[in-house]
Amino acid sequence: MTEFSALLTSILTITLQAGTSLTYATLGEIYTERSGVLNLGLEGMMLLGAVTAFATSYYTDNPWLAVLVAIIVGGLLATVHAFLTVTMRANQVVSGLSITLFGTGMANFLGQRLGPPEYGGNLVGLVAESFRPTPIPFLSGIPVLGALFKQDILTYGLYILIPLAWYYLYKTRNGLNLRAVGEDPQTADAMGINVFQVRYLYTIFGGMLVGLGGAHLSLAYAPGWTENITGGRGWIVIALVIFAMWNPARAILGAILFGGINAVQFRLQAAGTTFPAAVLNMLPYLLTIIVLVIMTWWEALSKRVGAPAALSKAYMREDK
Amino acid sequence: MQIIFEKRESVSRQAVILVPIVSFLVSLLFGAILLALSGANPFITYGAMFSGAFGTWNRFTETLVKAIPLMLTGLGVSIAFRMRFWNIGAEGQLTLGGVAAAGVALYLSQGLPGWLVLLLCILAGCIAGAIWAGVPAILKAYLKVDETLTTLMLNYVAILFSEQLYYVSWRAPGYNSGTAPFPETAWLPRIAGRAHIGLFFAIILAGILWFVFNRTRWGFELKIIGENQTAARYLGIDIERNIVLAILLSGAISGLAGASEVLGIARRLQQGLSVGYGYTAIIVAWMAQLNPIVILFVGILMAALLVGGDQIQMKMRLPAAVGLVLQGMILIPMLAGSIFTEYHIRIIRPQKTGVEAEA
Amino acid sequence: MAEEPTPILKMENITKRFPGVLANDHANIEIYPGEVLALLGENGAGKSTLMNVLVGLYRPDEGDIFVRGEHVEIHSPSDAAALGIGMVHQNFMLVPTMTVAENIILGMDGLAFRPDLDKVARRIQEIAEHYNMNVDPYAYIWQLSVGEQQRVEILKLIYRGAEILILDEPTAVLTPQESHELANVLKVMTSEGKSAVFITHKMEEVMEFSHWVRVLRRGRVVDVKKTSETNPQELARLMVGREVLFRLEKEASEPGDVVLELQNVYADNEKGLPALQDVSFTIRQGEILGIAGVAGNGQRQLAEVITGLRKVTGGHIYIQGDEETNHSPLRMIKAGVSHIPADRIGMGAVGDMAVSDNLAMKGYREPPMADGGILHPQLILEFARKMIAAFRIATPSPATHIKFLSGGNIQKAILAREIDACKGLLVAVYPSRGLDVGATESVRKRLLEQRAQGRAVLLISEDLDELITIADRIAVLFEGRVMGIVDSHNADIDALGLMMAGVPKQEAIAETSG
Repeated sequence: MTEFSALLTSILTITLQAGTSLTYATLGEIYTERSGVLNLGLEGMMLLGAVTAFATSYYTDNPWLAVLVAIIVGGLLATVHAFLTVTMRANQVVSGLSITLFGTGMANFLGQRLGPPEYGGNLVGLVAESFRPTPIPFLSGIPVLGALFKQDILTYGLYILIPLAWYYLYKTRNGLNLRAVGEDPQTADAMGINVFQVRYLYTIFGGMLVGLGGAHLSLAYAPGWTENITGGRGWIVIALVIFAMWNPARAILGAILFGGINAVQFRLQAAGTTFPAAVLNMLPYLLTIIVLVIMTWWEALSKRVGAPAALSKAYMREDK
Repeated sequence: MQIIFEKRESVSRQAVILVPIVSFLVSLLFGAILLALSGANPFITYGAMFSGAFGTWNRFTETLVKAIPLMLTGLGVSIAFRMRFWNIGAEGQLTLGGVAAAGVALYLSQGLPGWLVLLLCILAGCIAGAIWAGVPAILKAYLKVDETLTTLMLNYVAILFSEQLYYVSWRAPGYNSGTAPFPETAWLPRIAGRAHIGLFFAIILAGILWFVFNRTRWGFELKIIGENQTAARYLGIDIERNIVLAILLSGAISGLAGASEVLGIARRLQQGLSVGYGYTAIIVAWMAQLNPIVILFVGILMAALLVGGDQIQMKMRLPAAVGLVLQGMILIPMLAGSIFTEYHIRIIRPQKTGVEAEA
Repeated sequence: MAEEPTPILKMENITKRFPGVLANDHANIEIYPGEVLALLGENGAGKSTLMNVLVGLYRPDEGDIFVRGEHVEIHSPSDAAALGIGMVHQNFMLVPTMTVAENIILGMDGLAFRPDLDKVARRIQEIAEHYNMNVDPYAYIWQLSVGEQQRVEILKLIYRGAEILILDEPTAVLTPQESHELANVLKVMTSEGKSAVFITHKMEEVMEFSHWVRVLRRGRVVDVKKTSETNPQELARLMVGREVLFRLEKEASEPGDVVLELQNVYADNEKGLPALQDVSFTIRQGEILGIAGVAGNGQRQLAEVITGLRKVTGGHIYIQGDEETNHSPLRMIKAGVSHIPADRIGMGAVGDMAVSDNLAMKGYREPPMADGGILHPQLILEFARKMIAAFRIATPSPATHIKFLSGGNIQKAILAREIDACKGLLVAVYPSRGLDVGATESVRKRLLEQRAQGRAVLLISEDLDELITIADRIAVLFEGRVMGIVDSHNADIDALGLMMAGVPKQEAIAETSG
């Protein structure tokens, strides 16, 4: 029994570690999409957040400053996306793709340039100040669930952020405005809500959380910088938003699911399974497809679509 | 003062041509600032990139080597994009096309006449690419599953699968990774340097696609589907079937890119097949505004950025990713600029203050 | 009148241009407290544009607005709301996934960070009772009928303290009985000193609802009348600028074989609720069957099942004697069905393709335009030139993207394509909606032409005058059921009105003749 609870504890611990960056990014994208903006630039934004955070921490030994930098970087890239899609009314899919392509190229460039000259500017293989698990006394002693309280400080941040994000969206004036803009921008505009301002605001806010998610990767989950450290997480998040049905309270579910896959993968590998590693590594991607198919099918059956009705549609007042 | 957009009375042809060119210049300017900030002289760097890509005949053929998969995948995704089907899985389709071609070359080529081996390898590549694109197409057409995510997720699956093959299952004895070399019958003929006849495939396909899009019933139907699905349905066009067919074709062309890459360059399956051509293809297709003929030229331009990037890494110890940054940067001003093809800007200065209204 | 009262609202010399269209041309209006002003004009006369300028959705190119005697600039709907001006738009400004209470407070100035929705709900109840309206503040908008949604819109404006209410064609979605209720609400409001602007193109409504009427034509205010001193005939003449369309010359026609037959057809709408119930009728060669009804009573679904765009859940459809139930749109086209859809730019045309391509979208499958899958651009262009001339489509060139054309010309292009391809049955859904008099007349003539040539025509319209003028028989739809079919030459508007409100034919006729 103790062995079983130890196994559960370790799976839960790894799940949370792996799920934290996904959850931050999922919350961010939920807010962005709720305003009617689809941002497919997440992969690029997380990468750029991860590399700038790592470099900052390497030079300043201050991971908090590093997180701040990643937040700003995510916000800046999201601003570009907002400018292209809200002001210039560009196609949201293509704009998001271009943000990802730019972010990926830029992150690779910085990864080869921001490092110290003695390493030829390379950041790969360096060690920087990172966030380590800081157990909370007493709470961390609870069997199994104690794993919830043996995490790094960014994970604890989620425990506060998720309920706040839920409350803000469903119970406050600003949340009401945000939902209205994503569902029906014409109406929101006619009711005196500044559609452009709301879309800018939450696209940028969402981008900040995505940048933070990227920082968690290079500062806590897998401290260090490697090219392609995100491994498609930015894309998985897009599916997680659908899985959460655009509800912040459910953002954690997807992260648990995908963090859990990581944990199982990790355990199996540690146990020396004969299963080919490639097949294990494919699991998150295959699972994403399965989740998408199930959610799409389920939505079609229930006839009540959870997606904001105006998602990925540009808004213009005098379009006739 | 307020700036507003007003709809033009017709599409501006000037803007259609100017926007991509200006976008490329803006991207170069941004890159120059970035280079200057990181302590490199932008003019010397760009000069080195240009001569690295076009300076000698040899280098030019190397640029062509990279241009071939970019042209082919660019053509492939352009078919999908015409239908507003966001196939970003060209990378996986290319990878699997390469894998299938390698499989046939290694394991099914014994005792067959030479011309047949090559033909079968290429065919296998096309079919594998088509299948890999067909899965998301069917999911999209019949179940409305979002194709951006499914095509992208399948990239990772395809790449992991190919790694499993060349690191483990198909690894040739005595190598750390990679399969045994293909028999010579499976080699794609080369034209100049390492540039192979995949170049002709791309040119011929571009011509065919231009004809299909502009002169055939099917192309007309694809265009209607891409522009307005409600109208397409009303006009009696079978949307689901056409989406699946077009995306099969899209995937097959990317598969061909992968097949010609392994058969024409490495001539064995090894690391370095998936180096992001499938993603750059998106830039190629969009910058060419989905015009198949223009795609050929944009393919060369994007290849030049990659080869030039490699050259400055070798010669100037600058990151090769400069090329990627420039590529990634191009679409951003392009997207911002495309509004000018349909709108023009009007600046309004208020004659009176609006204070009363706020009171 | 003892002394000249100041108008609560005055718009002076308002001009608003859209590319290629002069929507308002130095328009003037004045409204006084406690009065209802009717803005009368045809579709496209510039009524809605003028009011959208007033509420800050559009920005005028010229002109001034005065509220309570003070010059104001209105940049946005919230500016308008702050001045006590609110508008009920034709397509309601309500978020379907939110509750009535949430919609009513949405975007309000000075709302608390965490709004107390229960308090809001109680206040809504109070107002609703005062005006004799019945609304559940906790209901979601998507659960409400169209009439109820309109009530929410009006409540919303009153809740927010609007003194001037603008109603844009409010009766288009109401049964005649609901319209009378609306009239009562307006009476209570004006008795309390509030004012209203009532946009309409129907003379009878001007007479029923308003104190003053301003007639708009081509963006200009052509006349101002006190309602009690005018009559519908005079208003009609002012509105169209010449005598109203006389009954078009409808030649006697001898209906031939049955072209379309519906037997007990049932169908669902998008939400899975019944949209058509037990619908049966026939149309013969050389006959026009009109479908009357308040919008949203199954008309769209009716057109869709006949054109193969929607599956029936029960019953049979026969075209020229062959069973064509639940066949694909392509099969229906091949069976001889042409379709002029209600949504021109959304369904009937592809905005980003050339006029010539749009004209070819029915003929491209066969020679002469195509040959074994290969298109002949030269012949497509030739065909386009022929159609542009025959149907007088005003376009800069056949290569112009069709979205740059006016609504009337887009409709002419669709008409040209569908009539040319028609091999038996023409389904026309709101074919003259939003068109000017000239275009309307030409559309109606074309339909009569088809009838004369022996085709069967199904005409869905919300305009009873149109139906009586050109249809041979009129079927009335209510909640997806046929309330009855009447001959148009002895049709009675009041009886049709009752049938549109759900009264079966026999009772309706008995009631109106009694």
